[in-house]
Parts: sequence; C-alpha cells; structure tokens
Amino acid sequence: MVASKMAQFIDNIPSMDLMRSEKMTFAQLIIPVESAHRAVSYLGELGLFQFRDLNENKSPFQRTFINQVKRCAEMSRKLRFFKDQISKAGLMSSPHSVLQPDIELEELEYQLAEHEHELIELNSNSEKLRQSYNELLEFKIVLQKAFGFLASNHSHEFSERELEENVYLNDGYFDTASPLEKELKPGSSYQSGLRFISGMICKSKVLRFERMLFRATRGNMLFNQAAADELIEDPVSNEKIEKTVFVVFFSGEQARTKILKICESFGANCYPVPEDISKQRQISGEVSTRLSDLETTLDAGIRHRNKALASVECHLAKWMNMVRREKAVYDTLNMLNFDVTKKCLVGEGWCPVFAKLQIQEALQRATLDSSSQVGIIFHPMDAAESPPTYFRTNRFTSAYQEIVDAYGVARYEEANPAVYTVITFPFLFAVMFGDWGHGICLLLGALVLIARESRLSKERLGSFMEMLFGGRYVLLLMSLFSIYCGLIYNEFFSVPFHIFGKSAYSCRDASCRDAHTAGLVKLRDPYPFGVDPSWRGSRSELAFLNSLKMKMSILLGVAQMNLGIILSYFNAHYFSSSVDIRYQFVPQMIFLNSLFGYLSLLIVIKWCNGSQADLYHVMIYMFLSPTDNLGENQLFRGQRPLQIVLLLLALIAVPWMLFPKPFILKKLHHERFQGRTYGMLTTSEMDLEEEPDSARQHDEEFNFSEVFVHQMIHSIEFVLGAVSNTASYLRLWALSLAHSELSTVFYEKVLVLAWGYDNLVIRLVGLAVFAFATAFILLMMETLSAFLHALRLHWVEFQNKFYHGDGYKFRPFSFASLTEDDD
Amino acid sequence: MYGFEALTFNIHGGYLEAIVRGHRGGLLTAADYNNLCQCENLDDIKMHLSATEYGPYLQNEPSPLHTTTIVEKCTLKLVDDYKHMLCQATEPLSTFLEYITYGHMIDNVVLIVTGTLHERDVQELLEKCHPLGMFDSIATLAVAQNMRELYRLVLVDTPLAPYFSECITSDDLDDMNIEIMRNTLYKAYLEDFYRFCQKLGGATAEIMSDLLAFEADRRAVNITINSIGTELTRDDRRKLYSNFGLLYPYGHEELAVCEDIDQVRAAMEKYPPYQSIFAKLSYGESQMLDKAFYEEEVKRLCLAFEQQFHYAVFFAYMRLREQEIRNLMWISECVAQNQKSRVHDSVVFIF
Repeated sequence: MVASKMAQFIDNIPSMDLMRSEKMTFAQLIIPVESAHRAVSYLGELGLFQFRDLNENKSPFQRTFINQVKRCAEMSRKLRFFKDQISKAGLMSSPHSVLQPDIELEELEYQLAEHEHELIELNSNSEKLRQSYNELLEFKIVLQKAFGFLASNHSHEFSERELEENVYLNDGYFDTASPLEKELKPGSSYQSGLRFISGMICKSKVLRFERMLFRATRGNMLFNQAAADELIEDPVSNEKIEKTVFVVFFSGEQARTKILKICESFGANCYPVPEDISKQRQISGEVSTRLSDLETTLDAGIRHRNKALASVECHLAKWMNMVRREKAVYDTLNMLNFDVTKKCLVGEGWCPVFAKLQIQEALQRATLDSSSQVGIIFHPMDAAESPPTYFRTNRFTSAYQEIVDAYGVARYEEANPAVYTVITFPFLFAVMFGDWGHGICLLLGALVLIARESRLSKERLGSFMEMLFGGRYVLLLMSLFSIYCGLIYNEFFSVPFHIFGKSAYSCRDASCRDAHTAGLVKLRDPYPFGVDPSWRGSRSELAFLNSLKMKMSILLGVAQMNLGIILSYFNAHYFSSSVDIRYQFVPQMIFLNSLFGYLSLLIVIKWCNGSQADLYHVMIYMFLSPTDNLGENQLFRGQRPLQIVLLLLALIAVPWMLFPKPFILKKLHHERFQGRTYGMLTTSEMDLEEEPDSARQHDEEFNFSEVFVHQMIHSIEFVLGAVSNTASYLRLWALSLAHSELSTVFYEKVLVLAWGYDNLVIRLVGLAVFAFATAFILLMMETLSAFLHALRLHWVEFQNKFYHGDGYKFRPFSFASLTEDDD
Repeated sequence: MYGFEALTFNIHGGYLEAIVRGHRGGLLTAADYNNLCQCENLDDIKMHLSATEYGPYLQNEPSPLHTTTIVEKCTLKLVDDYKHMLCQATEPLSTFLEYITYGHMIDNVVLIVTGTLHERDVQELLEKCHPLGMFDSIATLAVAQNMRELYRLVLVDTPLAPYFSECITSDDLDDMNIEIMRNTLYKAYLEDFYRFCQKLGGATAEIMSDLLAFEADRRAVNITINSIGTELTRDDRRKLYSNFGLLYPYGHEELAVCEDIDQVRAAMEKYPPYQSIFAKLSYGESQMLDKAFYEEEVKRLCLAFEQQFHYAVFFAYMRLREQEIRNLMWISECVAQNQKSRVHDSVVFIF
C-alpha cells in the first residue's frame, strides 16, 4: 500500500530537466548524394545529431571524400601561411569585417591559390632586394671600419712597422729573419705581398674564426676587428644580429685560398676594400646612393605587400571559419556509407527526441535548397548499444554537471546527482570554510568574474584562470554559503562579533577577574543566531565547538547518505525494477537508519533536552550489551527496547540485502529461457539490465556465482561503508577546526602581536604578513583543500549509494563546437 | 650507483626517463605501417603521418612533397626530442646523451671530407649531414688536405679529438684512407663509449655493453665483408675491429683471414646469437644481411625498455627513431617510385 502510494506520489512529481538525461533515439538517415553536403552542414548548424562512424575499419585515405578533406587541409595550410605573414608584417586585426557575399569553396580555393602565389612572388622579390640591401649595408660598414685600419696603415709608417712586427712576433720561426725584412720593407710593404681580406662576421663566431685563421696560416696573419655599431640583418637568414667587421692581413696565395675557404665555412661575408683612399671614397659614395635607391624600392615593396596582406586579412577569419566547417562536413560525410545503388548515402546516429522535428525540418530545407528530387529519409531505429547521455545545461548548471561528469558520465536516464550538487556541494564546502570575512573575499572574486563574464568568455585564458572562470558560479555559491556558515560560527577573520544582539553570558562581577577560572553566568536568552561570541577565548571554547561541529557533521552526513539511498529508489522506480526496491533499497534504508539514523536522533534529542548522556557510550553498548540498563545515559523512556529492536532490524537487513536478489535473478532468468512466462519477459529484461553484469552477458549463460559474488561485494561494501562513510563526514569538522585555528593563529600571533608595538614599521610588516597569509594560505590553499574534500564527499560518500556513472556523453556534430585547435 | 639505482635514479633521471618512455610510445605501430604501405602517393603518407607525432612537423609543408622533405622533417622531430632531453639532462646523463651523437659526427666528418675530395659544394654537403652530428666548425673540414691538417685545424676542438690518435698520418686523403679513418674513429669511439658505460655501472652498463657489443660485432662483420677483395691486409683489417664484443678476440682472428662470404658465415655460426641471423640467409648471399642485423638490433633495443632506472633507454629510443625514419624513407621512396611491391624488402618493423 505504502509503496504504491509512494510510487504514485513520485509519478506525480513534475519532471525535472536535469534529473534525467534527455530521451534519445537512434535514427538512420538516407540522403541522396546531391543533397548530402547541404544536409550535413545544416545538421552541423543545428548541432543536435551525433553521427556514428560506419567506416571504422577503413583507413582514412580509403574513404569516399578524402580528396575534399585533403583540399581543405591544403587550404587551411594556406590560410595559416597568410596568418603567419600577417602577424609577421605586424598588421593589426581590424575589428570591422567586410561583409561579402558567401563564396563557394571552389572559388575560395582559387582565390587562395592566387593570393598565395602573389604573396610568394612578392616575398621572393623583396627577399632579393633585401638581401642586396643588407649586403650593401654591410659593405658600407666594412668600408667605414676597414678604412680606419688601412688609413692608419698608410699615413703612419711607424704604425705600419709595428703592425709588421706584430705579425712576425706571432710566429717564432721568423724571429731571426725580421731585421732583414725591416730593411726591405720601406715603401713597398703592401705591394710586396702583404695583402688583406676584409669582411663581416657574426659576433659570436669571431673568437673561433680568429683561432681557425691562426691555425690555418700558422700564425702568419694579423687579425683586426671592430664591432659594428648597430644590429644588422644577416643577408641570408634575415635576423638581426650583432656583427663584427674584420680585416685579415696575410701574405701568400695559398694562405689566401685557405682564408677564403674558412670565411666561407664560417658564413663570413667578404667585401673587397680598395687600398687607394680616393677610390674608397668613390666606392662608399656609390654604395650610399645605391643604398638609398634600394631603400625607396624596398619601402614601396613593403607598402604593396602590406596592401595585399590587408586585403586578405579582412576576410581571413571568415575564410578560416569556412574552411574549418567544410573540413568538418567532409569528415562527417566520410562516416557515412553508400547504399547498394550508390545513389544515396546512409548515416546512422543518435539524436535527442525533442530535436526530431528540428532535424526533419533541417533535412527538408536541405532537400529544397539543393533542389533534389528525392527527399531525405529520416527514420528511427532500434540500437543494440545504450544511448548517449545528454543533459541540457546552462552556464549556471554546467559547472556542477562538470563536477559530476569528472567522476563518470551518468548512465542513460539515470538520476543525475548534479541536481543536488548545485546546493550540497557549496554548502559542504562552506561547512569546512566557515568564516564570513573570507567568504566576502571569495564573493568579491566571484562577482568580478561574473561581472566580466562576457569579456572573459571571449578571451583565451591561462589554464588556472580558465578553471577559475569555468567555476565562477560554483565559487559564487561557495562564498555565499561560507558567509552563512561564518555567521553561524560567528567568525570574521576568526574574530567574533556581536551582530545579532548581546551575548547571553556575562561575568560574575564587574572586574571579570575569574572569567577564565570560574566561568560566566547566563543572564539573557540564548544568542539568537549562531555561536555566542562569549565562547571565544574561554577555556571550554574548543570542547564546545568540537562537540557542536562533530555532531553537525554526523547529521549532515546521515542526511546526505539517506538522500543517496532515496535516489537509488528513484532509479529503481524509474526503471521499474521491483527487485532493487525490495531487496536493496529497503534493507539499506533500514540498516543505515537503525544505526546512524538513531545516532542522529540521539544527537537532536540531546540538543533539545540538554541531557548529559554520553553518546559514545550509548552507541558502543548498544552493540556490546544491548540488554543492560542505560543508567544515567538514558535520554528518553523506552530507549532500551527501541535499541534492541533497531539492532535486530540492522542484523536482519544484512542477509536481506545479500541473499534474495541473486536467487530471484536466477529464477527470472530460468523462467525467461524456458519460455514459461511470456508476460514477464519485458520486466525480467528490465531487471536484468539493471544489474551491470547481466547487462553485459545479455545473451550469455546466466552466471550465478558471478552475480552472487557481486551482490556479496556490494552488500559488504554497503555495510562497512555505512560506518566508514559516516566517519568520513567527520572531515567536515576537522577541516573547519583547522581553518578556524589557522586563521586564529594568523590573527593573534601576527596581527595582534604586531599591533602591540608602537612602531609603524612593525605594524606595517605585521599587516603585510597577515594579508599574505590570509590571501595565500587561507584563501587559496584552504579553499583548494576544502574544495577537494567536498568533492570527495560527493564522489565517494554520496554517489556510491546510487550512481553508476558508466554512460558516455552525447557529442553531436556541431559547428559551434569547432575550435581553432582543430586545425 | 651500483645496486641502488632504484633508490636514487629518479632524483635526476626520473623526469627524462618518463619523457623518453613517452616518446617511445609515440613510435609508429604495426597498424600505422600497414596503412603507410597502402598509401598511393606521398600526400597520403603525409596525411597519415599527420595523425602521429610527426604531424606538427609536416603540417605546413606545401603539397607536392618530396621524400627528402618527409625525411628531413621527421629527423627534425628526432633532433628536437634529443635537444630537449639534452637540455634537461644532468651529469652523467648529459655526457651519455652526447656520446650518442659522436657516431653521426664521425659520419659527417667522413661525408664532408669525401665530398671535398670529389670537389662537391660544401653547402650542398652540409645539407646532407645528419643534424645530430653537427659541430661548430664542421664546414672548415673542407680546408684540410691531409689527416694531420684535418686534426690540427678542426677536429682538435671536437670531442672526436682523442679518437684521432690512431690515425694521424701525413698521407694525402683518398677514398681508402678515409674509409680506414672512419673505421678507426668508430672503433675508438665504440671502445670509449663502452668504457664510459662500464664506468656508469649498474643496469646501464649491463644493457649498454650488450647493445654496444652487438654494434661492434656488426661493424666487424661489415668491415670483413666490405674489405674482401680489396688491398687491405689482414693485419690492417684486424686493427679495425673493436676490442670488445662477443667476437673478441677469437672471432676476430677468424674474421681477419676470411676470403669470401661463406667463410664469414662459418666463422659467425659458431656464435649462437648470430647463428639465427645467418640462418635466415641463403648461402653466398650478403644483400639481406643488413636487414637481418637491423632486425636483431631493433629486437635488442626494444628489450632495453623492459628494465627501469638505466640510461640505455635513451640510446635505444634514438636508435629506434632512426630506424623508423629509415623505414619511412624507404616506404616513401617505394611509394614515390611506384614500386610498392618492394616495400617490405627493407622495412624493419619496430614493435
């Protein structure tokens, strides 16, 4: 009776969108070839159809539309080339996009090829110009610098001699010969074979270059160098680098070839510098005029190129988008099969039931637009595999759905814990993070994120910011709840405030001397909301708060676990599996509530009548000696018989959830395969599908021992879990204690201590340390740890009561989900 | 380090070992090779490779591809991997990693010197060099006229310098001399590498000595086969064999006197690990020997990944990747020249 009434009541509950995933249907599309492309792109715009790959066993290049995919890849390569060139040229992306009629893919391909051709030609032209320009520039610098070396050579005979000596000093063998040389030298030294090569080399290579020259010529050379004053573009690599001008003096033809080879291998550019001063002047003049000529040509070239790039740039984003879409369409078309006649493409896939009409409408549009004579056939089919899970979320709920999905995607049409997570997750977080000062800080952060939502959602954020931004609504609720819990704990950066009136307690006398030893007296009614501020700093503060928070954690935990078990009832009812209700839900409910539900009851009674009973003692002796007299631990009349009844119920519940279900499954299986009960077939199938193992071996032999072992594991897990999960909820108390103690330490040992000194510097330092500790330790690390613990409580303690989480997500083919990374 | 690798290895080597094992996971699989062998043209190959770790490197290549481009880009990936690992490595792993490249250095030196001898353009030669074996003044090699100059001008600055002590002669460079130089250098290099690995000890020494011994033996066999019918004397030949490995010293004695391939075979079949290699070949055949040796090497390299906490995985990964690039080159060539039936002739599968 009760069960049927309850079922009726549940049936009448208005349906919740998030509670069950969307109903899905498997459908087949038969599309005539001529309208296939359009149909698929319309479906992509709609974004509500998930295609199944029918060509899985074919390698990518054996598929039908591979050529188009290749062409798209080639086009996107060209577009990347343009993008690269544009960003190199430093053109800003103009926000205005020129409206242009849609162009066909073929035309785009043609245009792209043309643009690329033009650009490459321009590039190669300007490359040549630039190279000669850079060469001339280097030549000019070499002329200037080398002129310095040579001029000193010519004008001062003395320095020349010194130079010569330098050369010979480098070489020990000719020490004896030097006087002879000196005699010969005057007037004709450079004509008699002392020659030089000048050029330019990258600064980083100079040392090695010099060493190599020294080795190759056995020291018979003089190396002069001077740094170029500016960064110079290398004619070959087009990069700005520091360079050095060098002049090598040497003698002999063999040395010359060697040096030239070395220059070549080091990438040094050699330039001929005439020895005659007037000729030098003339050449440098020529070089300068040619340089200025080239400069104007180059400028004109760059202007022309920039214009060409700008004309590409205004379409670039649109074209990239278009090519990306085309590629996606052809990738999807590649998943389709040809039918026997080769005139139609056959596609299969999943779509939500509510979208059927939209899809059919889109397909009709495609038929009309491509003026095909045959319509597109859309017909639902049966599928062997289970449908994908699809929840319609909005920007508020999506973060919570993500939290649940991170554990596992819900099985198709299974109760979705995200509905409850929206409130319970931030609330459990707040129980651990209860401080309304810190809560306000979090709230400000969340509000900033939400206020800038439209701007931030367009930007590309770092991974940390991305995460923070994604969870902004979670953060919002977390901060609101932590303000609420902070008010209950009466903590503002660990300082209590008298917000809701005066404290109920006061000192025994005016001096308050014995407040710490003898305690306070109660004067007024209890403090109206939250913890009385007088507890703060009293001797029994910790004892009181710990007891309060521990009991609260147990109550919250038992409530949430009960919710989990009730959700398993919702599931069983939805899939009309009476076996699960009778032999799983009912004994589980009884077991949990007869032990920990009873404990919660005791806690509430103790709070109400202020009894001194020791609840540990009550619970422990309920098992050890249930018949003993409770004595002073008795909370209400008839407690002892109630305890005995509850204990018996709990003991009965264990075999109840262990034994019947596998046997009933076995019986159903036998009946089904012996063909005795045709009528039962549907229900028994449902029942079997409920059990994860039997669903897999749908058509196989019913493996009783496996089912039994599984049931045993489940039962043991539940029984042990009831104890350990309840204990696990005590983390709510532990973390909350840690948080308040930490913030007390920072407040008292840093801020208050620093304030005690009458020194501005110490005060400021104290304030800074306090601010940093609050921001980094309390606001960031504690938030993270409380978040993780709340996550664990949801994933493990709450969801293991009912959640299978072995579904897979609905991933429709949609243009909206194409991102730039897809390239 | 002896015996306590598991305790301390991860302090410095853990990160890089994880990296290299990740890279190893990126090697092409049997399915990849199957698909590659079915490709119709080089664009297909590019498309297939775009789904692998080579993807980003080939992505921006314009469409008429050449085999050289594919190989170049794939090698670039290997070089990038190597450079990344070298940057992160600490002693002695960094030295170990540097040792791996010396082989390429020797090859490059020989390439440039031979090229200059035949008056080829230096830039053209430089492009052909393996990027892992590049050193700063490699282009200057073209200046040298004989071994002594070669050493004094260029190689004295490179890590190869100590290996040169054996082959400094004032002879002019010619093909024969260069080939002898290559093998002498290689011998010295292998022996040095072997000693270095022994010094490292532990699993590294154990596995590397196996791999290097195989390498040395393979070189010994190749030297023997290639020198049959040349003017190289038996003693000279004997001098080119590395002084370690399975064949050392008695196998070397036998190889040194071999006059044809069947004698080599007879000498080698006394060694069980090589018996299986020669068992695959028919008598008098030496064409498939390279492939057989490569296959054996790949097998040994793959086994190096079975142990943890040692450096041989780096060596093994580099060698496997090189083998893979050789495979890709062969497949691309076959596809480009429409000789798909010959694809399997020289591809050594790695799994």
